[in-house]
Amino acid sequence: MRIELSQQGDTLTAHLSGDWESGLPVPRFERLLDDRAPGHPVRVIDFDASELGAWDSSLLTFLMQAMTYCEVHDLEFRDEHLPEDVARLLRLSRAVPEKKIDREEPEASPVARFGKRVLVAQGSFLAAVTFTGEVTDGFVRLALRRVRMRWRDFWVVVQANTSGALPIVTLIAFLIGVIIAFLGAVVLRRFGAGYYVSYLVGYGMLREMGALMTGIIMAGRTGAGFAAELGSMKITEEIDAYRTLGISPVDHLVLPRMLGLFVAMPLLTLYADFVGIMGGMIVALALLDLSAAQFVGGLLTAVTLGDGLLGLFKGVVYGLIIGLAGCMKGMQAGADAGAVGRAATSAVVMGITLIVAANAVIDWLAVLLGV
Amino acid sequence: METARRPIEVEGLTMKYGPLVVMQDLSFQVERGEIFVIMGGSGSGKSTLLKHLIGLKKPAAGTILFDGEDFGEADERARKAILRRIGVLYQNGALWSGMTLAENVALPLEEYTSLDAEAIGEVVALKLALVGLRGFEAFYPAEISGGMRKRAALARATAVDPEVLFFDEPSSGLDPITASRLDDLILQLRDSFGTTIVVVSHDLASIFKIADRALFLDIERKTMTALGKPSELRDDPPTPEVRRFLTRSSGGDSPAPDPERMRVPLP
Repeated sequence: MRIELSQQGDTLTAHLSGDWESGLPVPRFERLLDDRAPGHPVRVIDFDASELGAWDSSLLTFLMQAMTYCEVHDLEFRDEHLPEDVARLLRLSRAVPEKKIDREEPEASPVARFGKRVLVAQGSFLAAVTFTGEVTDGFVRLALRRVRMRWRDFWVVVQANTSGALPIVTLIAFLIGVIIAFLGAVVLRRFGAGYYVSYLVGYGMLREMGALMTGIIMAGRTGAGFAAELGSMKITEEIDAYRTLGISPVDHLVLPRMLGLFVAMPLLTLYADFVGIMGGMIVALALLDLSAAQFVGGLLTAVTLGDGLLGLFKGVVYGLIIGLAGCMKGMQAGADAGAVGRAATSAVVMGITLIVAANAVIDWLAVLLGV
Repeated sequence: METARRPIEVEGLTMKYGPLVVMQDLSFQVERGEIFVIMGGSGSGKSTLLKHLIGLKKPAAGTILFDGEDFGEADERARKAILRRIGVLYQNGALWSGMTLAENVALPLEEYTSLDAEAIGEVVALKLALVGLRGFEAFYPAEISGGMRKRAALARATAVDPEVLFFDEPSSGLDPITASRLDDLILQLRDSFGTTIVVVSHDLASIFKIADRALFLDIERKTMTALGKPSELRDDPPTPEVRRFLTRSSGGDSPAPDPERMRVPLP
């Protein structure tokens, strides 16, 4: 790959020699011209390819640069001494005029950008409200027995979110119970109140952590799954197929999933409560001089049925949140593969955010109501 | 039902994607029992027009009348009544992947008829047999080939005997023989059931074979520039674009490059 320049009058000839093959860096045409000693102005660029060896796209890339340079600087590009194949390909590349497509949005002022964001936020808020309304309407019609839901989908969701989720829920709930008990053991022992660790573990798991951790696990596991599933159904036009058959995709896809979680979440929460308390008990027995009977006795005198029911209620609410967020993000997904990923991500983010927010609201109400 | 009305009448339709006008001033009628092809280059808005015709998108301006009823203005009940009378075959079938072929075909029947499970099973078997998929009831869409998927989707689209069938690029992704068989199936449907058929396509062989009339969407002028029988449009094209489309020429200034001469010599 070699180039030598020679000039005669206003014609600059580039002598191309050697093999021009991909993988080697292509010389920049304009740099060659710039490096040249100043002399007579150039009008015509010509080529001498008599010693040119093998060539491929790298030669074409170089010549395209030269062509563009000539166009910009108003020089004549002579291709008659290039190999016929090369000249033909170059002409082919210029056969369709370049389309100037202005894809850049004009620079907007900060006010306009803010306005645009507000409009987008308003749009997505309205979409969320509309979707929630559709789902509510679906549940009402389901209660009035005016919807024929696919019960098989419902059972599949229940199965996947109860027995299918047990391993991960067991692990996390157990560890959360252990962590609460560790904290309790260290802090309470200082005050000689180690006995109350069962109170802390029981109260913490039943009221807060059982439902919360299950909710967060399920948001990541099931919420993302719903979003991805419905999002890909959107890409393959399966959702459109429901619509054009006059069948509501909400009734057929969203209701069974939400109802499945509605049933599965309290069950999982109950299980997580139990496993968490077991974990806490193991730590209490190991670190504090407590017997199992003392631990259970302390637990039963301290916590009430109300604590457990509050946790289950939270589980139900989180289940609805996860189902709604997952299905909504899936149904609103765009039409490319990346959109499905974004839908799954935002379903998890939205699910967890709403779960934590709902937790705070429910706790506050519980305090007000004295539950 | 009035039979005098045309199944589809489009008047002054403008289609937009956000602020971007895709096509404007579209006016045409589809006659009962004809095969009507919407043709045009890639990106010309063929599929968008189809989405408007089947009610998935609302017109930015103009009206689409379905048997004299405005799709856009219809309330939920009227929409559903219209939707019951149309069937759509999506580009890749859009079979519901979580259901078997039998369940796919059965769902519209469950939704629109009061047949019992056994009767539905019989209709499903018949519809699958008609598209050459006898015995495939228990297969899932992922387990069969692309051509079979399209045929199964056709069985689903025709499950409740629609009056108008829409096809989105029926021959895309199919080999020439399979595509031609699907064309035969389309012709047969029209001939035996009298179904009105609207096809979106850019497959010339298929257009010439099946179309009674074809509509050409011109991407440059953003409107329709031809409407008529494809062979007549080819012989007497109203615009150069229509001629180029129907004769499959690239239309550049230079003659089409010879692929043999274009090959880059190997070292």
